[in-house]
Amino acid sequence: MPNPDASGHWGEFGGRFVPEALIAALDELEAAHTAALADPAFTAELEQLGREYGNLPSPLYFAERLSEEAGVEVWLKREDLNHTGAHKIRNVLGQALLTKRMGKRRIIAETGAGQHGVASATAAAYFGLECTVYMGEEDTRRQALNVARMRLLGAEVVPVTTGSRTLKDAMNEALREWVASVDHTHYLIGSVGGPAPFPQLVRDYCRGIGDEARAQFLERTGALPDVVAACVGGGSNAMGIFTAFLEDESVKLFGFEAGGDGYDTGRHAATITAGQIGVLHGARTFVLQDEDGQTIESHSISAGLDYPGVGPEHAHLAATGRAVYEPVDDAEAMAALEKLARTEGIICAIESAHGLAGALRLAKGLKAGSRVLVNLSGRGDKDMGNVVEYFGFAGAPEKSGE
Amino acid sequence: MHAADAFAKTKAEGRAALVGYLPAGYPTLADSIKAVDIMIDHGADMIELGLPYSDPVMDGPAIQKAADQALAGGFRTRQVFEVTEAVAGRVPILVMTYWNLVERYGVDRFARDFAAAGGAGLITPDLIPDEAGEWIEASDAYGLDRVFLVAPSSTEERIVSTVAACRGFVYAQSVMGVTGARAATSAVAPALVERTRRHTDLPIGVGLGVRSGDQAAEIGAYGDAVIVGSAIVNCYLDAPDIPTGHQRLAELTADLAEGVRR
Ligand SMILES: Cc1ncc(COP(=O)(O)O)c(C=O)c1O
Repeated sequence: MPNPDASGHWGEFGGRFVPEALIAALDELEAAHTAALADPAFTAELEQLGREYGNLPSPLYFAERLSEEAGVEVWLKREDLNHTGAHKIRNVLGQALLTKRMGKRRIIAETGAGQHGVASATAAAYFGLECTVYMGEEDTRRQALNVARMRLLGAEVVPVTTGSRTLKDAMNEALREWVASVDHTHYLIGSVGGPAPFPQLVRDYCRGIGDEARAQFLERTGALPDVVAACVGGGSNAMGIFTAFLEDESVKLFGFEAGGDGYDTGRHAATITAGQIGVLHGARTFVLQDEDGQTIESHSISAGLDYPGVGPEHAHLAATGRAVYEPVDDAEAMAALEKLARTEGIICAIESAHGLAGALRLAKGLKAGSRVLVNLSGRGDKDMGNVVEYFGFAGAPEKSGE
Repeated sequence: MHAADAFAKTKAEGRAALVGYLPAGYPTLADSIKAVDIMIDHGADMIELGLPYSDPVMDGPAIQKAADQALAGGFRTRQVFEVTEAVAGRVPILVMTYWNLVERYGVDRFARDFAAAGGAGLITPDLIPDEAGEWIEASDAYGLDRVFLVAPSSTEERIVSTVAACRGFVYAQSVMGVTGARAATSAVAPALVERTRRHTDLPIGVGLGVRSGDQAAEIGAYGDAVIVGSAIVNCYLDAPDIPTGHQRLAELTADLAEGVRR
């Protein structure tokens, strides 16, 4: 199951729906990635980099007080403790090292809230690569602090003023720019979407989450978890933790999409739950689209989940039933974020809170003592502005962020 | 009417064909029909109707803006058949579209309705032959032209497989970049056309960036068709009102038509 067919499809999903101008670069990337993974020098360098720079492997943490309340064992994969504060460091270190290996000198990236942009700028600084980040104009205003971080790290941030001026438009702009600069530039895509080989490649660099967690879980408990849960935006942290468990039939996999204002309001980002099969950003997958196939804007309190598409491997896992995807709305996610803070002293990212909230909801239907593994994909520092606003914390600074 | 009919005529006249691109529904639905008539009246040999899409990754600012405006004006996919029906008969009418719109409408259903409206075929900028099984079947069933793109970065092998899948003509993307009028035409275009010609007898159209009769003449010297898009859209984008846009389009088309006849 893990790998797509030779043309990059998982069942009917995936593939390459891009201009012919990019095909040669995608072929080159695929060959370089395959060769890199087979090269012990590359994997050793990446492993060392992760350990010494990225703070990997991340710990597996048993959340005791939260477990008591939930009635099941809740285990957290602490990706929030990684350098730059999320699982995303794994993807950018892998792709940046690959960029060096391909002899390219520049990376471009798209970003929504700025998390992937910051991670990309970080990797670019580390490797001495030029870096340009495309970000919807709307988002550059809402996430000024992350824009400042990227600039401090030496990246150029380009506000995107086309379309809806959000993540999907930043991705369009990155693809446009890539066509013009593909000879010396690598498109460091931020999730498991896009044309083949990106979905597989990003998954390969993120799968350490699940590989580590599976081994840690076996070591700590002598068994596998009953349930593995993660939030799903594009789907990189979820594929990252799912991949190691795909062949473990006893392990149920759950992905939680952003339900926004509530699934029935139509204002959400629950792409698999509510979308139809279509083509967006180079892959066939589920897409939030209207009757004509025009992309519909998504909505979520979590910028990292606010995307109208989803990685094609998730579409396949949903279609085959291997993984189950459900929406979690803003309110449910924020309640889980607060609960985790108060029971465990951990402030997680709002994205990750969706995964946790889904797991806590699921726990109600599980046998007491069941073991649930949740990917805590990131920390909440970046979200404090939203938190202040959402909970109406009096006396707090109006725009905190770090 | 198919692309081959236009090329038979231009070949007999010993010149390249002029292909004008405009998004259907831009500047309005009625005015897009009028604009096509203006282009044909002033010497366009073939028309490409763009299907406005929310996420046009091959297009630069001008065409994006026009597509956005058409969508904001309520444009619906099925209206491209209305426009086609209104203008078909004089020259071949092709539709250039991002793939999701066709897939959503239904590939077979789209081919059927477009053929019934008098359309000639589709140009598919984000569909490569490798992913086009369903479209190849449908275009065979309804006798539609099937225009795929080759690019400066295409390998020899991909040029061979791409031209083999084309019918009507081959679209040579002359620059590595998105659509947009450019001051200088591409230096890599002649080489791409030459590489492509080694593998096909089909006519080769050259697009992306043309904005003047001089450039049209230059490209017409090695390409079989000169494809003009952003410059046409700019006639309306930059105009104070639609009638002025129509006027500018007439002048531009005449200039381009003179260029391919030099
Ligand atoms: C902490 C965190 N988790 C999850 C996501 C969602 O991305 P993905 O679904 O690719 O894991 C983001 C995106 O910004 C993020 O910052």
